[in-house]
Amino acid sequence: MMAIPKDLIMELVRIVLYVVGFLAFIAVNAAYLSLLERKVPSWFQLRYGPKEVGPWGLLQPVADGIKLCAKQLLVQKGADVALFKLAPAMVVIPAIMSAVTLPFSETIVARNIDLGLLLIFSLSSIHVIGTMLGGWASCNKYSGIAAARVVAQNIAYEIPLLLVMVSLVMVTHTFNLHEIVNGQAGGFWHWNAFRLTASPLMPAAFIIYFICMLAEANRAPFDMLEAESELVAGAFTEYSGMGFGLFFIAEYANIVVGCSLGTILFLGGWHCPFGLLPGLHWFLIKMYFLCFMVIWVRWSFPRTQFYGLLNLSWKILIPFALAHLVLTSIMLKLL
Amino acid sequence: MSIEAQTIHRETFVLNLGPQHPATHGVLRIKLTMNGEYVEDADPVIGYGHRMQEKMGENRTYAKFLPNTARMDYVAALFNTHGYVCAVERLAGITVPDRAEYIRVITAELNRIASHLLWVGAFLIDLGGFTPLLYTFDDREQILDLLESITGARLTFCYYRFGGVCNDIDEQFISGTRAFIARLHSRMPMYHALITQNIIFRKRCEGIGPIPAETCRKYGGSGPVLRGSGVSYDVRKNEPYSIYPRLDFNIPVYQECDCTARYKVRMDEMVESMRIIEQSLDQLPAGPVMAEKVPKLLKPPKGDCYFNVESARGVFGVRLVSDGTDKAYRLKLRSPCFSNLSLFRDCSRGMLMADALALLGSLDLVIPDIDR
Repeated sequence: MMAIPKDLIMELVRIVLYVVGFLAFIAVNAAYLSLLERKVPSWFQLRYGPKEVGPWGLLQPVADGIKLCAKQLLVQKGADVALFKLAPAMVVIPAIMSAVTLPFSETIVARNIDLGLLLIFSLSSIHVIGTMLGGWASCNKYSGIAAARVVAQNIAYEIPLLLVMVSLVMVTHTFNLHEIVNGQAGGFWHWNAFRLTASPLMPAAFIIYFICMLAEANRAPFDMLEAESELVAGAFTEYSGMGFGLFFIAEYANIVVGCSLGTILFLGGWHCPFGLLPGLHWFLIKMYFLCFMVIWVRWSFPRTQFYGLLNLSWKILIPFALAHLVLTSIMLKLL
Repeated sequence: MSIEAQTIHRETFVLNLGPQHPATHGVLRIKLTMNGEYVEDADPVIGYGHRMQEKMGENRTYAKFLPNTARMDYVAALFNTHGYVCAVERLAGITVPDRAEYIRVITAELNRIASHLLWVGAFLIDLGGFTPLLYTFDDREQILDLLESITGARLTFCYYRFGGVCNDIDEQFISGTRAFIARLHSRMPMYHALITQNIIFRKRCEGIGPIPAETCRKYGGSGPVLRGSGVSYDVRKNEPYSIYPRLDFNIPVYQECDCTARYKVRMDEMVESMRIIEQSLDQLPAGPVMAEKVPKLLKPPKGDCYFNVESARGVFGVRLVSDGTDKAYRLKLRSPCFSNLSLFRDCSRGMLMADALALLGSLDLVIPDIDR
């Protein structure tokens, strides 16, 4: 009998553990962020939010899941069936895959890849194609408009996002997320968001990142993709049951990944703001704080116009990000 | 023309907006001919909620038609009742006691505030902001409670009668109304800070959806739409009825012609309505609330009359022709929303879809008022 090398078994166990762990993490987050998405605005809006299903509405996501699974998956006449069914998977898989390189703490990281940052950005571009295909394959005019919008929007917002990333990489000298976090240890004044010695515009770079993340995740006030008062439900109009559910999960998965990345790149990852007790809890606190901001913004602002959104990117964010890039390189050269 | 311009293939498509669409607030259907995201033509298709209100008014006695008036513009039901009741009173020569006139103005102006509050919330939903609706509904709820205490209804009020009102107001209503006005006054700065000053709201409204005064004249646009186009026309001032001449109030007018102007007109009108209510409460005389000797079965003498009131949405007119029997020979209703909707085709041409929907929202349409 052939002996299986022990480290291979360990590696397999590790892979299975991480895959199951990430799937559970993303699924639980998608479910409970959707609950928060209703609870948090209910605090702003003088109402209770979900409270009937389970204590404090805690079982509401379960009820939603059962409802979505029980619904019939309708494919309407004229739709491109293969693409129509492929699209939700294309949206949700990259979002979950991005979690591979995210360092949640010093020890919890599935794959410590040197080009982790690059991998995440290449993965995050795929979901745009998925959404576009979904809208296109739906054979619905509202979905078609939304599909066209989502492409223009994501091209517009990936540019300032990448420009900010380039300047960040210049400051940190690495694409490795683990090393980026470790470069920020020892108090909040070492965080990249406040590293004014590298570039005085660093806080602005963080804000640009946050805005671009909202736009990339198609969140209000940039939710051109759904824009329910214009496009009914945008690219998702024709989806029912779990087809819609997957888009829904992908939206929250993208938020979780985007907020995690914001935490890692700008807010010091798992490090404590005062240099005490680093660990997973600090990462989660910062990440959920950013998630809360995302929800807060959504329920506080009306939706921008589509051209307003493009103007913001091309006329304000991109020049700003370019200026930041130039300033960072000059400061690097001088100091 | 260059060769390039000749060979460009221009393709338009028809986008069917409604009758079930979040932005149409009811069963309104608009056939949009779109060129990409630009609206080339907008063809409103109406009548999904047509109930033959005018014919009903000719088939039943005057009193029996009275509840129907509240079911046209159900958001500002008292104005329709007010217009109809006044027309019948003019035809039959009934004089209304002073106290009843004051009560009519107080309740109607409360209804105007409720209607505008609902509009602010609904308009923000059209723009994609959900939260303000809950705040305006919180305020509107107070008005509905007040009106419920005297009319017995919360939406489709049937409170006015030929010759007065059916129920006298009490001390509780008066103190409640004063408390509500104090409350709304204290909340107006909040609305201005959160909505009027909001950068995205301003970007979405300033300069968007211009309606020139000339277009309003052509299509008969009225109400806040007309006053947002710089024309100071308000039936309460221009053809005063009821006790409005005795009250001191302004007509807010803005020259910008855009969505912001219409928004500001409505916000200012709420403040003016509060002034009107306060003055009316101060001047409220004692006495009966119904005219004496109004017959149960009204048979106005032969005649023809027209009466219009300033509803929350514009001019609501009632034309009544009586042949001396207990039923009207002809009833014609002029509803403000119908005329305001007819502007849309002209004004939305060449606009982006999102802006056209902001324009549609700023017209403050109530679909049953169009369809009748």
